[in-house]
Amino acid sequence: MIQIDLNKKLQAAEGEMLLKLKIDIEKGEFVTLYGASGVGKTSTLRMISGLLNPDAGKIIVNDEVWFDQSKKINLTPQKRKVGYVFQDYALFPQMTVLENLQFAQTKKYGAKAITSLIELMELGQLQNRKPETLSGGQKQRVALARALVQQPEILLLDEPLAALDTTIRYKLQEYLKQIHSEFKLTTILISHDVSEIVKLADRVICLEDGKIINQGTPEHVFINQKLSGKFKFTGEVLKVSNEELISIVTVRIHTEVVKVVVQPEEAQNLDVGDKVLVVSKAFNPLLYKLRAR
Amino acid sequence: MNWEPLTLTFQLALVVTLILLLVATPVAFWLSHTKSRFKPIIETLVSMPLVLPPTVIGFYFLIAFSPNSGLGSWLNAVFGLKLVFSFTGLVIASVIYSLPFMVHPLQSGLSSISKSITEASYVMGKSKWQTLFKIQLPQIKPAILTGIVLSFAHTVGEFGVVLMIGGNIPGRTKVASIAIYDEVEALNYDAANYYSLILFAITFSILLVVYLVNGNLLKGIIK
Repeated sequence: MIQIDLNKKLQAAEGEMLLKLKIDIEKGEFVTLYGASGVGKTSTLRMISGLLNPDAGKIIVNDEVWFDQSKKINLTPQKRKVGYVFQDYALFPQMTVLENLQFAQTKKYGAKAITSLIELMELGQLQNRKPETLSGGQKQRVALARALVQQPEILLLDEPLAALDTTIRYKLQEYLKQIHSEFKLTTILISHDVSEIVKLADRVICLEDGKIINQGTPEHVFINQKLSGKFKFTGEVLKVSNEELISIVTVRIHTEVVKVVVQPEEAQNLDVGDKVLVVSKAFNPLLYKLRAR
Repeated sequence: MNWEPLTLTFQLALVVTLILLLVATPVAFWLSHTKSRFKPIIETLVSMPLVLPPTVIGFYFLIAFSPNSGLGSWLNAVFGLKLVFSFTGLVIASVIYSLPFMVHPLQSGLSSISKSITEASYVMGKSKWQTLFKIQLPQIKPAILTGIVLSFAHTVGEFGVVLMIGGNIPGRTKVASIAIYDEVEALNYDAANYYSLILFAITFSILLVVYLVNGNLLKGIIK
């Protein structure tokens, strides 16, 4: 159980902003922080990891006090057991992939953890390469593996997939899902991507101006309804083409592209790049098995 | 020709450069990380030797270290150190005088390292010292090289400070730049020319190497 209660005055673009958060996170939960830029998401992760000092509040992780303003307790980042994946990956440029992982190694978590992480994240081919020769997705996998070497109590991910293209993003989401359950991690992810959140998170916390404005399961928060048998997907409009009587909207849902027929009036207020919810009703979906487990 | 002033010069430059590496690294680290109000004051003090006439520095050293002053007599009584007109005195004065030439390259090198790289190391449980030696310094090798070479060359070239604090004692404080001045005063232009040519050639080659290395032209040779 992780109890977070933070107060911090931050310098935002529009002047001072008071960050005031109270979050309880269950062990093993996957939580996402969602909100526009500058609402305090990254600052929250930095305060949990000890890189930024809150003005007041408490951070208690599995009965261990990491920060308590009233008792003047403040563990250094070195003593807090967090894995942090930075937005710019923060790989050490002068070290190879393997050396990057080995740098995180301690006596307690030895070479064995590294070997299995290299296998799990499929880094075997890359282990002797320097970060500058890697692609964005490869760097991300290294950063993720490196954050896990010390078997952290909390994994903090600061928009780790934002700079990647859709296919690689999709693959890395699979990795994230896998390691979260395999290492029984408690994960806090910052993300802007609704489909990513729906796919990964148990709970989404929406922030605005340093305060929580809404939270719950992603389905509840984004679709505002309980799960039902209806087909609903969030997607992005790629193209709107007007035919004679109808309009055809091309929508990307994850990595799939679908075409949806709509009335011309409806198509008028759709633009390329809009996020849309694709809902299908009044028929029974059919399932075909593509591949057995 | 008497080689003593030349060997003394390079001895001095070598010792000063080594001491500067030890002294300037923590100073540069502090300057590149601190948010303290005193940072501008320390930065100013470090940079003063760039603009102050060397004779001013030499003069105040002479006053401070003289056996008649409080500091000078204390050093003499406690450590048996006589800093005026001695090699040790030269070394200390030269370290101060060349400090900006080591601190500035290191400071700008350390500041250029992305913050998240340093923080990633802290989150992994590594101390500030471990991070400095294993992550930060290996990343700024060109800056370290620049610092070493510039402070070495600058110490070789100093005159005013050395003359004020060291005087002109053969074998102890008479470095090449002073020997040249001496020979010119004695109208020995040939000897002055030898010293000058050698200094010219050596400093030229040192600086050339720095520009070649930092321009990546020697990439294959120095890694």
